[in-house]
Amino acid sequence: MTEKQFSRPAFLASRINACGGWYGLWRMIKDALLRVCVHVGGYGVMLMIALMFFYLVAMVMPLFVGASITQVGGYPVPDSSAGKTWLLGMDEQNKLGFRFTDKGRVIFFETETGRIVKTVSIPLPENVTITGITHEAGYQSLVVYGLSDGKALLVQPHYALTFEHDRRMIIPSLDFPFGKKPIKLDESGKALSRLAVASEEGQASLAVITASGRLVLTRLTAKSSKPGASGFELSRKEFTLPSEPIEHVLLDKAGRTVYLVEASGILNWLKVGPAFEVLSQGRQDLVGPGRKLSSVTLLNGHLSILAGDDAGSVNQWAWVLGEFDQPVLQKLRTFEVSGQAVMSIESEQRRKGFIALDTAGLAALFYSTSERKLLEYRFSENKIRTVALAPRATALLSESEDGRLSLWRLSNNHPEVSLKSLWQKISYESYAKPDYVWQSSSSGSDFEPKYSLTPLVYGTLKAAFYALLFAVPLALAGAVYTAYFMAPAMRRIVKPGIEIMEALPTVILGFLAGLWLAPFIEAHLFGIIFTFWVTPISVLLAAYSWQYRPSSWRHSLSDGWEAAFLMPLIMLVVWLSLSYGGSLETLFFDAGVKDWLSQQWGIDYDQRNAMVVGIAMGFAVIPGIFSIAEDAIFNVPRHLTIGSLALGATRWQTMLRVVLLTASPGIFSAVIVGFGRAVGETMIVLMATGNTPMMDFNIFQGMRTLSATIAIEMPESEAGATHSRLLFLAALLLFLFTFVVNTLSEWIRQRLRKSYSTL
Amino acid sequence: MKSWLRTDTPWIWLNAAAVSISLLLVLGLLLLIAIQGLGHFWPKTVAEMTYRDEQDQVRMILGEIAGTNQHGGLIAGSADAGNETEGQGAFQYLIKSGNREVNGYDFHWVPANKIERWHYPDQATVIERKEWGNYYGFIESINEQGRVIATNLDAWPVLWAKLDETSIRVTKIQQIEKEVISKISLQLEQSVLRKQRLLMENTTRTDELSLLEAEITGLEHQYQRYQDELDQLYPLIKRYSLVARDVDEQRQIIPLADIVRIYQPNRLSGSDKIGIYGARFTEFITGEPREANSEGGIFPALFGTVMMVIVMSIVVAPLGVVAAIYLQEYAKQGFVTQLIRISVHNLAGVPSVVFGVFGLGFFVTVLGGEMDRLFYPQAYPVPVFATPGLLWASLTMAMLTLPVVIVSTEEGLLRVPRSIREGSLALGATQAETLWRTVLPLVSPAMLTGLILAVARAAGEVAPLMLVGVVKLAPALPVDSSFPFVHLERKFMHLGFHIYDVGFQSAHIEAARPLVYATALLLVIVIISLNLTAVCIRNYLRKKYQAMEE
Repeated sequence: MTEKQFSRPAFLASRINACGGWYGLWRMIKDALLRVCVHVGGYGVMLMIALMFFYLVAMVMPLFVGASITQVGGYPVPDSSAGKTWLLGMDEQNKLGFRFTDKGRVIFFETETGRIVKTVSIPLPENVTITGITHEAGYQSLVVYGLSDGKALLVQPHYALTFEHDRRMIIPSLDFPFGKKPIKLDESGKALSRLAVASEEGQASLAVITASGRLVLTRLTAKSSKPGASGFELSRKEFTLPSEPIEHVLLDKAGRTVYLVEASGILNWLKVGPAFEVLSQGRQDLVGPGRKLSSVTLLNGHLSILAGDDAGSVNQWAWVLGEFDQPVLQKLRTFEVSGQAVMSIESEQRRKGFIALDTAGLAALFYSTSERKLLEYRFSENKIRTVALAPRATALLSESEDGRLSLWRLSNNHPEVSLKSLWQKISYESYAKPDYVWQSSSSGSDFEPKYSLTPLVYGTLKAAFYALLFAVPLALAGAVYTAYFMAPAMRRIVKPGIEIMEALPTVILGFLAGLWLAPFIEAHLFGIIFTFWVTPISVLLAAYSWQYRPSSWRHSLSDGWEAAFLMPLIMLVVWLSLSYGGSLETLFFDAGVKDWLSQQWGIDYDQRNAMVVGIAMGFAVIPGIFSIAEDAIFNVPRHLTIGSLALGATRWQTMLRVVLLTASPGIFSAVIVGFGRAVGETMIVLMATGNTPMMDFNIFQGMRTLSATIAIEMPESEAGATHSRLLFLAALLLFLFTFVVNTLSEWIRQRLRKSYSTL
Repeated sequence: MKSWLRTDTPWIWLNAAAVSISLLLVLGLLLLIAIQGLGHFWPKTVAEMTYRDEQDQVRMILGEIAGTNQHGGLIAGSADAGNETEGQGAFQYLIKSGNREVNGYDFHWVPANKIERWHYPDQATVIERKEWGNYYGFIESINEQGRVIATNLDAWPVLWAKLDETSIRVTKIQQIEKEVISKISLQLEQSVLRKQRLLMENTTRTDELSLLEAEITGLEHQYQRYQDELDQLYPLIKRYSLVARDVDEQRQIIPLADIVRIYQPNRLSGSDKIGIYGARFTEFITGEPREANSEGGIFPALFGTVMMVIVMSIVVAPLGVVAAIYLQEYAKQGFVTQLIRISVHNLAGVPSVVFGVFGLGFFVTVLGGEMDRLFYPQAYPVPVFATPGLLWASLTMAMLTLPVVIVSTEEGLLRVPRSIREGSLALGATQAETLWRTVLPLVSPAMLTGLILAVARAAGEVAPLMLVGVVKLAPALPVDSSFPFVHLERKFMHLGFHIYDVGFQSAHIEAARPLVYATALLLVIVIISLNLTAVCIRNYLRKKYQAMEE
C-alpha cells in the first residue's frame, strides 16, 4: 500500500516540525494508538477463531490418551500377625482399605499410610474354621465366609460419613446383612470348599460346592427393604455335579446363572428359574485346545465371563442373542496380556474394564468394548500376589510376596473410546451380531455404553443427500434461468426474493416440517409423488401450447417472463394432483401406497422421514446454492456467449456447451457449500426426523444426525465425561468438515474469478 | 412435437419452472405462516352439533371448528363435502371443544356424515381461563361465596362488574408478588451472600457484620409483612365465581379470578370481533405465557431475544469493524491476510451448533468458572456465571455473527474510492484521521448493514442457544428494578426456542399450535424486515459509490 510510506519515522519527525510541534505530535500519537488498537482487534479476532479450533481439539484429545499409574504409598502389610490376606479392597474415596485374612480378621487401614484404623474379628462358633472366602465378582461389597460345618456367614464392609470440627471422617464397620449367625447351607454339615455370592436389590444368592460333591443354590431375600433389618427368607435347592472336579464357581447378580469351571477350562453353565427349576444348561470350552485355564471372573454387569489361560491371553465370553432370540454364549474377543500365565483378573465395578495380572508380575489394564489395552505395568521389585481395584477404578492396591502393600493412583478416564469402537462394527453383550450402535444414555453402572459415531455420520450424510437431491436441481435450474434467460426487470425482484429465503430461521422451517409437512405428506403421499412427475410434464405441455398463443399476445408478452406465467399453472397442477391423488391412489393400490410399500417391499413408513427432511432442508439450502451458482453463470464473460451465438449455436446449446462449461467450477463450489450447510444444519433435522440412530438409506425412514445429537445430549452430559468429550468430537468433526468444504469452495471461486478476468 | 422437443424451448421452460417452484415455495411458506398465525386471534363462532358416535350413541358437542380432514383430500375443504360417504374417505370435522378438565383433551373428530343437527346457539360462551385452556358452555349464574347473586339474563352486567373488581385485586397481588416480594428476596439473597463473604474473609469489621445482620432481619420482616398482605388478598379474589354448564348439562364452577376473557362469539358484531382480536393480539405481544407456554403471551421471549441481540451487538459491532479495518487498511495484503480472510469466511459456514458447544465448553465452564472463583467465592457451590446465561449466549452469538459484520464492512471499505483516501492523505491528514474523518463516515451504512444482518441471523438461531442459556421458562426477566438492573448471568427466553419448545415439547401440541404459528409469524416479520432494511441500505450505498466514482 502506498500509504505506508507516510508513517516512516523520518517522515514523522519532519511532520512534527512541519505541523509546528505538539499538536502535530498529538496527532501522530493518535495515529499510533489507533494503529495499535486495530492491530490488537484484528489479531484478537484471528486468535478467537484459532482458539475455537484448539479448544475443541483440547477437549477431544484426552479420549485417545491411555491410562497411567503412579505409586502414592507403600508400607508393610498392616497387622501381618492377623493372618494371610484373602481379600483386599477400599472405599469409594480410596481413603480406607480393608484386608480380610484367613484367620477371620478384618483390618481397616488408611490406604496412603497403612495406619490401622480398626480391626474386627468375625464371630465364629467354637471348633469351626474358615474353609473359603469369596466376594461378588466385580464388586467388593458383599463377602461370604464358608465354614467347616457347612454354614456360611455374609459380611459387608460399611463406611459411615461424619463431620467432626468441619473435617470429614469416615468410620468403617462391618455389617452383617443377614445376621451374625452363620446360615446353614449344607444339610449334612460338611465343609464348604468352593463358594460364589451375588446380590441384587435386597436379595443375595449363594452357590456352594460341598465336600460331599454337591452343588447347593441358596437365595436369601430380605423381608424388609430397610438396611440393617435382619429378617430374611431362605430358599435352596441341591444339584448333582458333573464328574470332573470343579475349580471355580461363579454366579450372576440375579443368582439365576451358575458357572462351574473345571480345572481343564471346561465351563458348565446352568440357568435356573425363580424356583430353581433348570431352564437350560450347557458346556463350553473357555480356553481352547492346548491351553489351560488359569483364572476366571465375571465382567461388570455379569453378562460376560473373562477366562485367563496359561499362555497369557484373556478370552471374553458373553451372552449374545442367538437364533429365536435365545441367549447363547459366544467368544467376543481375546486380549493378549503377555507370554506368562494369567494369574488373576479383577473387573472394574462401574465399567466394562478389567485388570489382568500374570505370574511374572506384569499387570495389564483392558477395556472390553473398545478392545483397548490401556496400560501395561511391570511391578518391579517383587512378585505381586494380589491386586484390588478401587470402586471407581481410580486407584489400585497391590500386595507383594514379601509382605508389602502399595497404593497406586490410576488415571484411566476414557477407556470406552477407540478408533475401532467409534467407526467399526462392535460386538456388544446381549446383541445378536456386531453392529454400529449409538446409545449413550446410561440406565445404571451395568450399562455398556455404545459409542459408535458411524450411525450418526451416516444419518448426517443421508439427510444431506436427500436435501441436495431436492435442492440441487431446483437451485441450479433456477440459477441457469435467472442468470441467462430471465428478463432483467424480473431478475431484480427474483434474486433478492430467493436470497431472502436464506434468512428464514431454520427453527421455523423445522417446525413447519415436523408439525405441518410431515402429517401432510403422510396423508398425501401418493399425491406428492404424483406431483413430482406431473409438474414437469405439464410444464412441457404448457410450453408446447405456448407456440400457438394468439398473435395479439406475442408482442405484449416478451421472452424472459416464462417463470411468471408458470406460477399459476404450477399452483393449479399441484392443487389438482393433491386433490385427486387420493382417488388415483385407490385406483392403483387397494389399501394405499404405504401398505403396498410395506407388503411388497418391506419398507416401513415413519411420519418424520428423510423425505420431509429433504424437502425442508432442501428449502434451506436452495438460496445458498442458487446465489453462488447464479453469480458464477451471470459473470461468464459476454463475448464468449455472443461468439457462440454468432457462430449459429442456439441459446440452449450456448448455455450447455459454453456457459455451463465455463462456470462449472463455480457450480461445483455452490453445491459443496450447500452440502456443508446441510451437514451442519441442526434445528430442521432435530424437529423433522425421529432422531433414531439407524443405518438405513430408505427415504421413508428417519435418522439421527451429529448436530441433532449434540443439541439433544450436550445439555445433559456431565462435563469432562467420555460422553461429553465425544460430543465435542462430533462438533470438531462438523467444524473440520465445513472448514474443508468451505475452503475448497472459496479456493475454486477465486481461481474462477481469475480465469474470468483473463478470458 | 418431436422436432419441437429438440429445440431450446422445453429446456428453457423447465428451467423457468424451477424458479417458479422456488418462488412458490417461499410465498406459500410465508402465506401459510401468515394465515395460521393471524387467524389465531380471530374469535371463531361456536357450533353445537348432535351426532352419533361409533357405538351409535347420540352425542352432543360444542366448540369451534378447528379443521377438516378427508382421506386423500386437502385439509381445507368446503362444508358441502360433508355428504361424502365412501369408506375410509369419510369427511371429518376437527372440533375444539375445550373443557380439558372434563374431557381430558381439547379436540375431537366428528365424522360429517354422522352429524344429525348443527346450529350456532346465541348463548354459547367461550371462557378463556388461566388454567385448563378454554371452556365452552353456557352461563348459569354468578355466585358470591357459594351464594347465587345473579342468574341467566341478569348475569352479564353483574359478571362485568365483579370481573372488574376481581381483576383489580389480581393485579394488586401480581404487583406484590412480581415486583415487591421478588425484589425483597433478591436483596435478601445478596445480603446473605455479602455476609458469607465477610465471614469467609475472617473479617474484624464486626460493625459491618452486625449492620448486615440488621439489614437481613429488616428485610425478613418486610417479606413477612407482604406475605401477610397476600394471605389477606387471596381469599378476596376467590370470593366470586361463575357457574357454567356444558353441552352435556354438567355444571362447572369457575372462579372469576381464573378468567382471562369471556365472550359469546355467536352474538358478536364485527367491531366487537375486531376489539377481541386486538385485545388478544396485545395479550400475545405483552403478556406472560400460561399453561406451560402453550397459551398467553410471549413477552418474556420477545424481551429475551431483544436483550440477547443488544448485548451481542455491543460486542460484535466494534470487534467486527476493527477486524475488517485491520484486514483492509492496515494488514499487508499477502498470503497471511488471505488465509485470515478465508478463515473468517469459513467461520460463517461453521454449523451454529458447533458455536454452542464451544460457548458451553469455553465461555461457561472455563471463563464462567474462573469468574465465579474470583468474584463470587461466597456463592459456592451455587454457580453464578459458571452456568449458561444471557452473557454467554450473547458472546456465543457474537462469535457466530462476527463474519457477517466483517464481510459487510470489508465490502464497504473496498468500495470507498481510492481517490478519497489519497486526497485526504495528500492534504496532510494522518492515517487515523483519514480513516476517522473520511473513510468511516462513508462506510458507516455498510457497517450498519452488517450489524443488521448479524442481528437478523442471531434472532433466528436456536441451536447454539439451547446449549448456552435459553430456557423454556425463565423465572425473571434479565432486566429489572433491582441493582445492578441488567442481570447478564440470568437465563432467558427466546422466540426461536419458544417455537421449538411449545411446538415439540408441549403436552397440548394441538391446542398450542396456533400460538406457535403466531410466534413464528412474529419472528419471520422481524427477520425479513431486518433483512429488507439491510438490502435497501446496501442498494443505496452501491448507488452512492457509483455516483462518487463517476
